[in-house]
Amino acid sequence: MERALETIARLGRTFLAAIERLGRATFFLYEVVIATRPLARRFFLVMQQVYAVGVLTLLIILVSGLFVGMVLGLQGYNTLVKFGSEQTLGLLVALSLVRELGPVVTALLFAGRAGSALTAEIGLMKATEQLAGMEMMAVNPITRVIAPRFLGGILAMPLLAALFSAIGVLGGHLVGVGLLGVDAGAFWSQMQGSVDFYDDIVNGVIKSVVFGVVCTWIAVFEGYDAVPTSEGVARATNRTVVYSSLSVLALDFILTALMLGEI
Amino acid sequence: MNRKTLELWVGLFVAIGLLALAMLAFKVGNLTTADVLNSYRIKARFENIGGLKVKSAVTMAGVRIGRVSEVSFDSVRYQAVVTMDIDGRYKTIPTDTSATILTAGLLGEQYVGLEPGADEVYMKDGETIRLTQSALVLEKLIGQFLFNQAAGGDKGK
Repeated sequence: MERALETIARLGRTFLAAIERLGRATFFLYEVVIATRPLARRFFLVMQQVYAVGVLTLLIILVSGLFVGMVLGLQGYNTLVKFGSEQTLGLLVALSLVRELGPVVTALLFAGRAGSALTAEIGLMKATEQLAGMEMMAVNPITRVIAPRFLGGILAMPLLAALFSAIGVLGGHLVGVGLLGVDAGAFWSQMQGSVDFYDDIVNGVIKSVVFGVVCTWIAVFEGYDAVPTSEGVARATNRTVVYSSLSVLALDFILTALMLGEI
Repeated sequence: MNRKTLELWVGLFVAIGLLALAMLAFKVGNLTTADVLNSYRIKARFENIGGLKVKSAVTMAGVRIGRVSEVSFDSVRYQAVVTMDIDGRYKTIPTDTSATILTAGLLGEQYVGLEPGADEVYMKDGETIRLTQSALVLEKLIGQFLFNQAAGGDKGK
């Protein structure tokens, strides 16, 4: 009896702690958004972060995009050729990249490469009391450290996703037209005939912006909220990758459902 | 890293990012053909429009000259009313033009094909095409074919 009560109480404690953490994260997001205003005059800080999360993530995004596009070309061709419609390969590659794979895979890679680095950096700043030091000097660490990183991530993410999709289409072209002999004209014309600018491309960009906000929000919050020990920072980095990936996949379903208007 | 190099890298990153977006818009998508400049509208009534949808192509001589902007149902005449936006560059569509609903390929999407007439009076904004031909409904066609087969079989006996 005693033990059963204790188990239920523990469940309640965990649940309350999760809710409380979510609340803290929301207040934190509000503070960060307010703190982005003074950054208009100190845009160099944001630019530094665009370099850190954008330019340094470029290589992994481009290489993955190329390979994902090439695999799509190969797999798509093998299925389409059974129906004698290998001409639509371009359409298949472009639609899957622009609508789904571009934003989602970019966000997953972004969480792994840039998100974890952000958390580790901010967590370590907290552990070595740099953030406390800033407050001592009357510098608001949220304006100086967190907000530029948040904004930099949001700016970099859509560009990375667009690059991923574009290079993926080229990868599909490389395999489909170069290797498997699909007609180049049909490849592009089928694609252009059915990919809609607003329904497909703009919706893909909207997705990537949402993923950018969510991934960087989780990354900076986990860093700022980390237990200031080396173990705490390690755990926070781990949580960033797990939470970011899960939220991206779940949000992707919700956004797709909203965009297709089926629900 | 000094300020100049950093700005250079970020500038480069943003530039190729925007370039990728532009490529997606123009090369992958159909932004160039999607917006029809200063278009005018003409209507056509069909008995059956099959799978015609808003944004389907309107072609003449195989060239896309506009798109379907609205599909509605006339509950008095039990007909489908298809409104089409025609590119403003093509103002010389004769009034006795006929409209047919065609299919691109065997299983492709459906579009409106316009066949020009010989009249020298041209269609104006809001006018209706009188000569129309409905979409080919595959099920009806197969039904007809089977019926003919059966009838022919009886005769053979």
